Amino acid sequence: MDLTVLLVKGIIILVIFGITLLIATYSTYAERKVAAFLQDRLGPNRAGPWGLLQPIADAGKMFFKEDFIPSQASKWLFILGPCLAMLTALMSSAVIPFGDSIRFDNYSIPVQGIEINIGVLYIFGVVSLGVYGIMVGGWASNNKFSLLGAIRAASQNISYEIALGLSMIAILMMTGSLSVRAIVDQQASFFEWNIFTQPLGFVIFLTCAFAECNRTPFDLPECETELVGGYHTEYSSMKLGFYLFAEYINMFVSSAFVSALYFGGFHYPFMNEVGSALERSMGAITGHNIATAIGFVVFFGKIFFFIFFFMWVRWTLPRFRYDQLMNLGWKTLIPLSILNVVITGAGLLYNFKYATWAIVIVMVLMVIVSGARAPKREAIPQQV
Amino acid sequence: MQLTNRSKQVSNKEMTLAEKMYLPAIVGGLAITISHFFRKKPTIQYPEVKKYLGPIYRGHHILKRDEQGRERCTACGLCAVACPAEAISMVAAERKKGEENLYREEKYAAVYEINMLRCIFCGLCEEACPKQAVYLRHDLMVPVFQERDEVIYGKDRLVENMNDRYIRVANSEVQATPTEPSLTRAAT
Repeated sequence: MDLTVLLVKGIIILVIFGITLLIATYSTYAERKVAAFLQDRLGPNRAGPWGLLQPIADAGKMFFKEDFIPSQASKWLFILGPCLAMLTALMSSAVIPFGDSIRFDNYSIPVQGIEINIGVLYIFGVVSLGVYGIMVGGWASNNKFSLLGAIRAASQNISYEIALGLSMIAILMMTGSLSVRAIVDQQASFFEWNIFTQPLGFVIFLTCAFAECNRTPFDLPECETELVGGYHTEYSSMKLGFYLFAEYINMFVSSAFVSALYFGGFHYPFMNEVGSALERSMGAITGHNIATAIGFVVFFGKIFFFIFFFMWVRWTLPRFRYDQLMNLGWKTLIPLSILNVVITGAGLLYNFKYATWAIVIVMVLMVIVSGARAPKREAIPQQV
Repeated sequence: MQLTNRSKQVSNKEMTLAEKMYLPAIVGGLAITISHFFRKKPTIQYPEVKKYLGPIYRGHHILKRDEQGRERCTACGLCAVACPAEAISMVAAERKKGEENLYREEKYAAVYEINMLRCIFCGLCEEACPKQAVYLRHDLMVPVFQERDEVIYGKDRLVENMNDRYIRVANSEVQATPTEPSLTRAAT
């Protein structure tokens, strides 16, 4: 690898890093705006035009607050907690392919932090490491509420990671590769997007992604009514800011991951036609780079949709109770994802990609039958 | 007693599979929230946009003059007695010869002060006044003050200006004309 390639690669990594931070920053603004609109309000609109400077004002406020460390806390672990959370959140976007490739001279450089053939495994490892940030922070606070929140977070993440992994195994079986780019490339044509071949897997994956990000309806670790502030009860100033920021980065990364795994990543319908038309009219190199840019924009459109979806769900669903959460994870999602793996495998034996639709059809039929056989709701006359 | 027909009977029958799956209910909930997303927001952007508060709003005090421009107040002190916050104080004086076009009766208020920090805008002074001299305007609020010495309003800021007389109109013709009329938009 010579110097120019290294330089371009470095620029790509810096840009991805910057974009990740920028999107996380403006997710806080978007969250408040979306929440407001869903509740018939207007949201922040005083700081700058349409309130666009609000995140900067919030960050400024965070910096000027007292940075407090409880006297009984384990000081270094207390500081390490938010750092770990932030570090793992930032690391995971490295393997996500944000675009096809940039061509110049004779080089072709993929728009991706690093292309490794175990990308999915890497993300899993980093996400599992993310639990440590919460656990260490909650334990080091020397506060029972923090510890309870941290334990909840840890057990929730571990439970849902299993279903998350199993739902993804079906995709890995179809692709035969752990590289995220290979998975994206395999979804080149519209009807081969994994959302169409793995509908059940998608629902399971999305649910588990919500749980992994500790977002509503699975935000039990920071459940205010029971646990004060959850694992970050004792945190203040920018350490608290790091925890909150890490949550938004995680949201961005999981949106990107869902788009890459199930919605074709940077692919869009008629992509090859557009690409070849651009290459014919503007020359092979410029045309290819512009086609890459379009794919990049399309991918971010998908990511923004999923970030919006995260917020949309947050202001729609109430929080699960803890036993409901565990029942859903262990008794529903894991058996379903195992069934999904088995059916996908059977389909692959006969070279039929859409086999998992069988589960969906059977489930719909069962729903109709059980709905028809259920006793009618009796109208009890109201007591006067 | 049935007040509306919107109440739903609670039943503890076993859930059907569709209800156990949550998904249909979740989709329904998402549809409801997204319909709110595009709904018109009822928010009024307060300092820029002000709402017409009605003809009975109790705002800035005014000491009325009569048709010939004479002050109506006779410094009887009933407003000060009625005031629950003890915000009003006055000094009475006797009308001299030659001041008949300034004060309507033989006695008048040489000093009439309202402490706007104390005032609770209850309107009892207006009710107590036998001469219809003090009113609380419906179209003007007491402006925000920064210093404590701005708080006590004397006669210079309370007595009516004859070129801009205050009339309480009950119809919506008179829209709110608070501090900055150019920014006002009636949102009734």
